[in-house]
Amino acid sequence: MNTLLDGTAALGRGAIGVCRVVGGLALFALTGLSHLLRPPFYGRMFLRAFVEFAYFSLPVVALTAIFSGMVIALQSFTGFARFNAESAIAGVVVLSVVRELGPVLAGLMVAGRVGAAMAAELGTMRVTDQIDALTTLSTNPMKYLVAPRLLAGTIALPFLVLIADILGVLGGFFVSTVKLGFAPGSYLVNTVNFMTATDVLSGLAKAAVFGFIVALMGCYHGYNSRGGAEGVGAATTSAVVAASILILAFDYVLTELFFAR
Amino acid sequence: MAAGMSGAAPPKIRIRGLRKSFGEKRVLDGVDLDVATGTSMVVIGGSGSGKSVLIKCILGLIEADDGQIEIDGRDVLRMDRRERDTVNAGIGMLFQNSALFDSLPVWENVAFGLMAQRGATRAQARQRAAEVLAQVGLAASVGELSPSELSGGMQKRVGLARAIAAQPGIMFFDEPTTGLDPIMGAVIDGLIVDCVKRLGSTAIAITHDMASARRIGDAAAMLYGGRIVWTGPAGALMDSGNKLVDQFTHGRREGPIQMELRK
Ligand SMILES: Nc1ncnc2c1ncn2[C@@H]1O[C@H](COP(=O)(O)OP(=O)(O)O)[C@@H](O)[C@H]1O
Ligand SMILES: [Mg+2]
Repeated sequence: MNTLLDGTAALGRGAIGVCRVVGGLALFALTGLSHLLRPPFYGRMFLRAFVEFAYFSLPVVALTAIFSGMVIALQSFTGFARFNAESAIAGVVVLSVVRELGPVLAGLMVAGRVGAAMAAELGTMRVTDQIDALTTLSTNPMKYLVAPRLLAGTIALPFLVLIADILGVLGGFFVSTVKLGFAPGSYLVNTVNFMTATDVLSGLAKAAVFGFIVALMGCYHGYNSRGGAEGVGAATTSAVVAASILILAFDYVLTELFFAR
Repeated sequence: MAAGMSGAAPPKIRIRGLRKSFGEKRVLDGVDLDVATGTSMVVIGGSGSGKSVLIKCILGLIEADDGQIEIDGRDVLRMDRRERDTVNAGIGMLFQNSALFDSLPVWENVAFGLMAQRGATRAQARQRAAEVLAQVGLAASVGELSPSELSGGMQKRVGLARAIAAQPGIMFFDEPTTGLDPIMGAVIDGLIVDCVKRLGSTAIAITHDMASARRIGDAAAMLYGGRIVWTGPAGALMDSGNKLVDQFTHGRREGPIQMELRK
C-alpha cells in the first residue's frame, strides 16, 4: 500500500517537474518571439547571429552533405543492383537528401556548433552578471540577446539546407557517374524528374523549425545557467543534447504532417 | 552633510521589512535601511551575508519576497514594468566583477546606456564615451580596446564610466575595490567620490575594506543575519561600540559572529 502511494507520489513529482520545464521553455520561447514584434529591433545582434549560423557553419554542413549523398548513392547501388533498378538511385539520393538528410544533418551539425556556442556565450554572460548589467542599462536582455538569435536561427538554417541539398545531390552524382559508371545526363534528368517542389519546400520548412530549436535551446540553457564555469559547461551540454533530441522528434512529427496522408 | 537634515526631508531610498529566501535559505530577513538624499551609504558585512542580493533586490534583478523599497517616496516593488524601467534608468550600477560586455569594445560599453535610453547616434555616443573615459582617467584610445585587454583596475574604471555615463541620481557600487591592490583601490575610491560629488548623487557602496569604507562613506550600515544590525556615521565604524561591528571592522576571530563553516 505504502509503496504504491510512494510510487504514485514519485510519478506525480516527475510529472510536475516535466510540466514546469515545458512550461518554462514555452514561456521563454513566447517571450523571446513577442520581442520581435515590438521595437527596438537590434539589427546588429541579428546580423551577428545570422553570420554565426549561416556562414561559419557552412563548411561543416557542406562536407556532411557531400559525404551523405555519396554514401547513399553507393548504398542504394549495392542494394538495388540485385533488382536491376539502377535508375532509381538518382531518385533515392535526391529524395533522402532533400526530405531528410539535408535538414536533419544540418540541424544536428548546427546544434553542435552554434547551439553550443550560444549556450556558452549567454551562460558566461549570466554568471559574470553581464545579463544583469544589460537590465541596469535600460536594455531588455530577452530582446537584445534572445530575440535576434531565435530569428537568425529560423532564417539561416533553410539557407544552409538549400546549399546542403545541392551539395548532397552533387555527392551522389559524383559517385554514380565516376565510380558506378552511370551516364551523367540521364542521372540528372532522373534527379529532376523524381524531385517535386513539395519535397524541397517541406525540407526547408523542417530546416526553419530545426534552426529555431537550436537557437531556442542554446539561448534557454545559456540564459538560465548558474553556478560558475561548471554551470556554463553543463548548460552547453544540455543545449546540444536537448536540441539534437528535439530535432529528431520534430522531424518525425513534421514528416507525419507533410507526407502521411 | 545631507545626513543631518534627514529628519525633515524624506530619504531618497527607504527600505522596510525586505525579505528574500532562496529555497530554504533565508538571505534577507527583514532589512530596514534609509539612505538620505545626497549621502553615500556604505554597507559592510561578511561574504555571503546578502549584500549583493540587497542591491539586486533594489534594482529588481532579483525579485524580493516581501517588504517595501521606496525610491523618492514611491514603492518600486509595486510599480508596473514601465514605471520601474523609468526609475531604473536613473540608477547606475558598478558590478562586483565589473561585468563589462566582452563582445563590445570599451567605448560601446561606456556608451551602451546612452544609446539604449536616449537613442544617441553612434557618433554622439562615441564622443560622450571619450569624455566619460577622461573623467575616470582613461585616454580616448582605450575606447578602441576590448575589455579582455584591460587590467582589473582599468576594467573597474571602465565599469565606473559605464555606470556614470547617463549621470544617474542614484549609484550602487558592489565591492569596488575587491581584488585590486591598495593603491589602485584608493584611486578607484577617489574616482567614485569625485563622480558621486560632481553629480550630487545618492550612493550605496558595498565593501569589506575598512579603509575604502571610510573614504567613500558618509554613513555606514552593517548587514548581519539578514538584517541591518547597526547604522551610524562612517567615521564611527572603528569604534562603534557595537560588538558585531567591532569584531568585523577589527577582523577578530573571537566574538559574537560565528563564521558558517559548513555548507
Ligand atoms: N540567484 C541565486 N540563487 C540562489 N542563491 C543565491 C542567489 N544569489 C545569491 N544567493 C545566495 O545568497 C547568499 C548571499 O549572496 P550575496 O548577496 O552574493 O553575498 P555577498 O554578501 O557576499 O554579496 C549566498 O549564500 C548565495 O549563495
Ligand atoms: Mg557580493
